[in-house]
Amino acid sequence: MSAEWKDRLTAGAASLVFLAVFLFGWNAFVTAQSGPAADMDPELAALLGPQAKGESALPRPSDVGAEIWGHITNPFYDAGPNDKGIGIQLAYSIARVLTGFGLAALIAIPLGFLIGMSRLAQRALDPYIQLLRPVSPLAWMPLALYTIKDSEISSIFVIFICSIWPMLINTTFGVATVRRDWLNVARTLEVKPLRTAFRVILPAAAPTILTGMRISIGIAWLVIVAAEMLVGGTGIGYFVWNEWNNLSITGVISAIFFIGVVGMVLDLILGQAARLVAYAE
Amino acid sequence: MSDKKIIKVEGLERRFASTEGKGETQIFGEVWFDIFEGEFVCLIGHSGCGKTTLLNIMAGLDQASGGNVIADGFNVEKPSLERAVIFQGHALMPWMTVMGNIDFAVSSRWPKWTKEQRLAHCQSFIDLVHLTGSENKKPAQLSGGMKQRVGIARALAIEPKIMLMDEPFSALDALTRGSLQDELLGIVAERNQTSFMITHDIDEAILLADRIVLMTNGPEARVCEIVENTLPKGRTRSDMHTHPNYYPMRNHLIEFLVNRSKTFKEELASTAYDPKKPPTVRPMAEPERPNKVAS
Repeated sequence: MSAEWKDRLTAGAASLVFLAVFLFGWNAFVTAQSGPAADMDPELAALLGPQAKGESALPRPSDVGAEIWGHITNPFYDAGPNDKGIGIQLAYSIARVLTGFGLAALIAIPLGFLIGMSRLAQRALDPYIQLLRPVSPLAWMPLALYTIKDSEISSIFVIFICSIWPMLINTTFGVATVRRDWLNVARTLEVKPLRTAFRVILPAAAPTILTGMRISIGIAWLVIVAAEMLVGGTGIGYFVWNEWNNLSITGVISAIFFIGVVGMVLDLILGQAARLVAYAE
Repeated sequence: MSDKKIIKVEGLERRFASTEGKGETQIFGEVWFDIFEGEFVCLIGHSGCGKTTLLNIMAGLDQASGGNVIADGFNVEKPSLERAVIFQGHALMPWMTVMGNIDFAVSSRWPKWTKEQRLAHCQSFIDLVHLTGSENKKPAQLSGGMKQRVGIARALAIEPKIMLMDEPFSALDALTRGSLQDELLGIVAERNQTSFMITHDIDEAILLADRIVLMTNGPEARVCEIVENTLPKGRTRSDMHTHPNYYPMRNHLIEFLVNRSKTFKEELASTAYDPKKPPTVRPMAEPERPNKVAS
């Protein structure tokens, strides 16, 4: 067995140990919080939920595991507006993120290209970019709701506005810092500007652009949960809020798990794309 | 070598905004020299005399503050496929393979060629610089010498009228540099390729050049004189030092780099120096004395 594989196995085993310690600690914490059942009317106890039975409000890991398993085995059921499978909710969120992110990429990358090519545009637009970039995307929400008057499009707009900045800034930077030598090669070969843009500048800046896209999709996925909590209706953010209103901590924890998984997958996809365009000098 | 002038450098001058913020500093000025068809000209000078700037102006990548570069009868205003440049750092595109880098140049030169035509053309130049078998490697997988071979192949593949080289071997180790110089010499001689190279390596200049342009230190650098190589054609790196003219050549160039490049301004005052016709020198072994002939 190679040293590399040995390292990986050791790391994997350590990960499992961490998980086991965490789950065990969680379980012990819940057990410690549980006390004897209060002496009360059984009907009232049923309404009050687990606490009346002397149990902790926190679910045990096994409860959450069962809930997650339930979601995995039946992700797409639809039993009315407030009871949809987690697959459907995630699909709504992913669709919004991809729409907003895609629109942002369509604008940010060509615009960043132009800004990166022109010192003048860079200087003229930089103050606005620097001013708008630190604004929390949710601050746009009231404005979006007022002007667009559609909660669905408003949440897409918020995703759009939050994912545009990292892509714009990275594209500008990547294009502006293409090695002079490469541009000079293109010039001595009398390459037309459009061909230079696609054959030289784009591949040279691609790793930086992809990094920007990766940051953007990460932010977009963070923001969609908050946006859907505000807007309501559908989506994983709404799902979390709904579970909270149902006082189902089990549901909240399992939703957190799924949000994490989807975020990780989105990042992995862009990470792979980044490897495709990476180059070693 | 023919009488046809491929390049005429006429009174070239370059000024930069002074670092103190006031006025301009002249890097070099009154630079006059010619390059004939089939000739190999080297330019020697210390760093800071604007050698790279001069080459960039000749390539059309930079603008002169005064004077002209005439290439094939036309004023150089922008880069042209007739003047290939080999850059100091190889300047290969790291995301393209060896073949891709050369094909990028070839397809720019002959956009109407079919893919088969282009690949066959590229292949012949890859073979020429002995990189057969590395066609599909990326630059990062190549050694420094191999990268510069690709640079040479890319420049040659567009069949330019003149090849402009900016210290192409300065980043290489001595052994690699030596073998690349030998190969370049062979290729250039065989193809009768007009070439201009900037260097600060005296042996490189003696090996490769037919004529060597000596440039004084900047600012206000001038062409001090033009040295004709008195070593016979067909010289090689291994035997050139046995020729009686080798040491006179070498000593003359070292003397220039060590002393005269700094004190040339005083020398100027005492001689009838005409920048349009810098003196031509032919350093030779005794009994023939190094005689100055007006060109």
